[in-house]
Amino acid sequence: MSILINKNTRVMTQGITGKTGQFHTRMGKEYANGANCYVAGVNPKKPGESYEGIPIFATVKEAKQKTGANVSVIYVPPPFAAAAIDEAVEADLDLVICITEGIPVRDMIRTKYKMQGRRTKLVGPNCPGVITPDEIKIGIMPGHIHKKGRVGVVSRSGTLTYEAVGQLMELGLGQSSCVGIGGDPVNGLKHIDVLKMFNDDPGTDAVIMVGEIGGSDEENAARWVKANMKKPVVGFIAGVTAPPGKRMGHAGAIISGGKGTAQEKLAVMEECGIKITKNPAEMGKLLKSVLK
Amino acid sequence: MKIHEYQAKEILRKYGVATPRGVPCFSVDEAVKAARELGGKVWVVKAQIHAGGRGKGGGVKVAKSPEEVREWAGKILGMMLKTHQTGPEGQKVRRLLVEEGADIKKELYVGMVVDRGTQRVALMASSEGGVDIEEVAAKTPDRIHKVFVDPGTGLKDTEADGIAKKIGIPDASVPQARTTLKGLYQAFDETDCSLAEINPLILTGDGKVVALDAKMNFDDNAAFRHPEWQQLRDLDEEDPAEVEASKYDLNYIQLDGDIGCLVNGAGLAMATMDIIKLYGGAPANFLDVGGGATAEKVTEAFKIMLRIAHLKAILVNIFGGIMKCDVIAAGVVAAAKQVSLRVPLVVRLEGTNVDLGKKILAESGLPIISGNNMADAAQKVVVASKGKR
Repeated sequence: MSILINKNTRVMTQGITGKTGQFHTRMGKEYANGANCYVAGVNPKKPGESYEGIPIFATVKEAKQKTGANVSVIYVPPPFAAAAIDEAVEADLDLVICITEGIPVRDMIRTKYKMQGRRTKLVGPNCPGVITPDEIKIGIMPGHIHKKGRVGVVSRSGTLTYEAVGQLMELGLGQSSCVGIGGDPVNGLKHIDVLKMFNDDPGTDAVIMVGEIGGSDEENAARWVKANMKKPVVGFIAGVTAPPGKRMGHAGAIISGGKGTAQEKLAVMEECGIKITKNPAEMGKLLKSVLK
Repeated sequence: MKIHEYQAKEILRKYGVATPRGVPCFSVDEAVKAARELGGKVWVVKAQIHAGGRGKGGGVKVAKSPEEVREWAGKILGMMLKTHQTGPEGQKVRRLLVEEGADIKKELYVGMVVDRGTQRVALMASSEGGVDIEEVAAKTPDRIHKVFVDPGTGLKDTEADGIAKKIGIPDASVPQARTTLKGLYQAFDETDCSLAEINPLILTGDGKVVALDAKMNFDDNAAFRHPEWQQLRDLDEEDPAEVEASKYDLNYIQLDGDIGCLVNGAGLAMATMDIIKLYGGAPANFLDVGGGATAEKVTEAFKIMLRIAHLKAILVNIFGGIMKCDVIAAGVVAAAKQVSLRVPLVVRLEGTNVDLGKKILAESGLPIISGNNMADAAQKVVVASKGKR
């Protein structure tokens, strides 16, 4: 089992004609069941064309109607990416995964506003994507470092997620699904949303939650875990050494007004029964220690 | 991106926010001329640096004659202004704002930020202005009032009026407070701010609502639609290493330790700093080379780190995804040959094409210390930084 996506998911790529969109669509198509999963591309200027045998449509709505695609992945450049999310939401897709980094926060505030009351889920933006190992990969993560298993991974960071996965693999632990929720302050699914899904997934035994400084998403998730989670959760927060007031790469990774420090997050997580480590090299080991 | 007070006030004025009349000045003579042109009997000479806490640090002075303006301008221009936000060495003052004096009856606070919880812009206001608002928030949170602005409608009249009354603005001045608050929101929204603050917002003796100070930060992600930001940027206020890094699209932040870090990905870069600290070392910088690093970018990153005089060692920590380890390895080798590598270098590679990457490093003949994993690499670089190789 898995969350969000599996081998039966049908994906369209928004921004399939750009270099990044093409590269990652090809990688996705070559991964596990990808050849059956990647069924459509969208570009308003190039309908009727195709890429690697994948037909290109003018709109998301048409791509959905013609191919049955229920999920989209977005590689559209930042100035147009929020509008691409809007289009996918209006077409009533199940899930939109937005990889694009650098979307203005103002655009995302408006997009989230328009998403109120809609059924479409959003992952990202500014994220590596989602992978259900040995079934489907949607995003920019390297497929070969994963294998199927029973550990869930949720993270705000890209390469730090790979690091966590790499450590799990050293210990022979595969993953049910890995979800990169992205490093932006205004985004789709939060840690808490993904933890709820892992909690309900019979294929997941335990979860690694990787957070970073800024905001209070990790604290909210931790409180929910304390009250509801039936499975062990372990956590790491990046940025113990980050100075306040500086944006650490990700737009969302900033300590402001004394809020959002790693120390504060780790303390709340610990209070809520989440096993934490301050050593990013020990995420895998910690997860193994909580498995029954 | 940060801008100066006088620049923020210029923007706010366009949105109907009242400010004292003022003139930005770059020399003492300009300051005196500005005071004469402004007229009146009282002027305020204000240091323009990006850090807050300027008044406490001695960077804001009241003058009662053009001669006093000359005196204060002479003292403030060129001074190393130390505030709680500048660091111990302070920030050199290169610009002044000379303003007409204001008749302050009451000092209030209004500010706007993006609230992550509601995913909206939050307006925060308090009757306690002119002081450190973080202190107010910590000690008396009930004195801070908030409205989360509906992006569909913008800040509503009723919301603006409600906030104005809560922070003690008298009825007669509420219409002007409404204009101010709505103008602040519109400015925040249209100019892609990540933060906008008026502290203090004052009520004058004759009931006017005036922005006595102003602070604005912009969302860097929106730079593509604001070509005007180029003119507003003041490179003197930024760390030279960070300015240099930004030319090469490198995400770099200077810290005060002695171990340079070159990492791909922001989260892993922060985690790398953390693990160095955990093993008893001190990171000299945050550096995310991003997913599209080239040999040129890696070389420039090395040059920037090697400018740090007290640098003792460098750690390269790469988990290759899209970024291939062989490309990074080739970049490291090219960089090490081009710059004189005067400190020990520890490299940890993992992920895509890792074996090829390791081979390139091994065959380069360079004295590179290889880290087997993140912990091993961090321990080795800390030991190297302490001179025990």
